[in-house]
Amino acid sequence: MKVSMDIELKDVPGQLVSALIPISELGGNIISVLHHRDRKTQRGTIPVQVVFDVEESKLAALLQRLRERGITVVRVGAERLKEAVFVLLIGHIVRSGVKELINEVDGTGVAEVVELFLSMPAVEEKSAAALKIRAIGKMELERALDIVEGFAARCGILVVRPIEDEL
Amino acid sequence: MREVKLSIVGFGVVGRGVAEVVARKRAEIGERFGLDLRIVAVVDLWGAALASDADGGGLDPRRILDALQKGGAEGLSPRESLEAHGVRVEELQSPDVIQEVEHDVTVEATPTNVDNDGEPGTSHILTALKAGRHVVTSNKGPLALHFNKLMQAAKRADRKIGFEATVGGAMPIISLRDTLAGNEILCIKGILNGTCNYILTRMGEENMPFEHALREAQEMGIAEADPRSDVLGVDTAVKLVILANALLGLDAAYKDVRVTGITEITPEALSLARDNGYVIKLIGEVDRDGKLEVAPKLVPETHPLNVGGTLNAALLKTDLAGEVMVVGRGAGGIEAASAIISDIIRIFKN
Ligand SMILES: NC(=O)c1ccc[n+]([C@@H]2O[C@H](COP(=O)([O-])OP(=O)(O)OC[C@H]3O[C@@H](n4cnc5c(N)ncnc54)[C@H](OP(=O)(O)O)[C@@H]3O)[C@@H](O)[C@H]2O)c1
Repeated sequence: MKVSMDIELKDVPGQLVSALIPISELGGNIISVLHHRDRKTQRGTIPVQVVFDVEESKLAALLQRLRERGITVVRVGAERLKEAVFVLLIGHIVRSGVKELINEVDGTGVAEVVELFLSMPAVEEKSAAALKIRAIGKMELERALDIVEGFAARCGILVVRPIEDEL
Repeated sequence: MREVKLSIVGFGVVGRGVAEVVARKRAEIGERFGLDLRIVAVVDLWGAALASDADGGGLDPRRILDALQKGGAEGLSPRESLEAHGVRVEELQSPDVIQEVEHDVTVEATPTNVDNDGEPGTSHILTALKAGRHVVTSNKGPLALHFNKLMQAAKRADRKIGFEATVGGAMPIISLRDTLAGNEILCIKGILNGTCNYILTRMGEENMPFEHALREAQEMGIAEADPRSDVLGVDTAVKLVILANALLGLDAAYKDVRVTGITEITPEALSLARDNGYVIKLIGEVDRDGKLEVAPKLVPETHPLNVGGTLNAALLKTDLAGEVMVVGRGAGGIEAASAIISDIIRIFKN
């Protein structure tokens, strides 16, 4: 299960590591850590957002261990891939290694290629691919699209994106 | 009744369209607006036809058009056609006509050229302003390359430049500046090239490769023999620069536009798009932050910008009026002439 958790840390060295250790101990896989140094709370603590993958059954134990370490958990929730985008690729897609592209997007941990349709007219002719990408937020979706654009630029593939702000 | 003397510089599809509209609408425009439109000169590379005293102050547009049509059918050149049907052709060139023939409005309709500093259009417009003429033009080159220079020249000369016909043909868009006065225009997204829209529409409908749809468009007179400027997105980019400068007040230049054309689009891509509820359109987009982009984009089938055939369309975002959409015919002699005539009337109504 993908989990997003907001915690507050005291502004002393070693706090962040101390908060992350229980996640690893329970076999969790940390995807991203956002440290909001600029948003210090009135209590003098620093808000941090951690996104990680962990077995659902381990979540209660995790919260317990964090409490023991004196770490304040402000919010915890399952992170869903709520943003989606549809893009088309045109070019020699299979030859260019579309599989690596998918791995790269999925490897971010915050976005996934959830659908891929390929249309291959004939050998040597350009094929077309429809890609549906999901991500946990708009920023993460943009990051996934940057990966797609980078891949396309390297391989001479055209990316057709939606006009933004669909009515 | 106020007499308005016109010269037409460049007598091709658009120049002839203007002559046709004057022939059809002169009486009506006189009645409704109190303006008596008179064509006093027509000049093209073959020479010039000038109104003489015998013409009562204006050329007969119907006679000129008929002469060109009949002569053309007989295989004659424009010059031979006119002479064979009783229209005198003088050995005069455009700058002489613009400077020396007394008139109020120079209608500039020579070919668009962005590689050559917008010439001959740029010089025609500057010469006309200097000679105290208002200018109404369908020529995109000068506006896209020298927008501020031309506006300043017009201001110095205390004359007006009308250029509604340069973007979207008959579709009103430049005039939205005035219609939406008080609004800030935040962003524009548009389909500004009818040829590309036709090709993409046909490719989608018939599952046709790009080359077939292009050939069909050429056979129907929708695409030019040299279609590069259209299908590579250059024409859309040029129009986008005009909109950026005229409607968003940017200081944009053609080289600032990121341009991708439609030549790489395949029927397979269109069909994948359709399966997912989209069409593909060549979209020109400009916003306040200076984003200037021309590229094929996925447009939801239900989106107002999904207009088919050769239609042009534009969606404007404004701060007060919200979203405003215009759709219309982007090309054709009469369509461009519609925009030109409206510009002329506006100059004298204000
Ligand atoms: N057609 C449309 O639907 C449309 C719509 C909107 C805007 N426009 C723009 O309007 C302008 C005219 O378009 P069009 O379709 O009428 O083109 P066109 O049919 O090629 O007509 C242009 C005419 O200008 C002549 N010409 C060239 N150089 C000249 C010069 N130095 N002095 C006088 N005449 C000269 C050309 O002669 P040669 O043919 O001998 O060169 C031609 O007869 C273009 O800038 C175009 O981009 C066209």
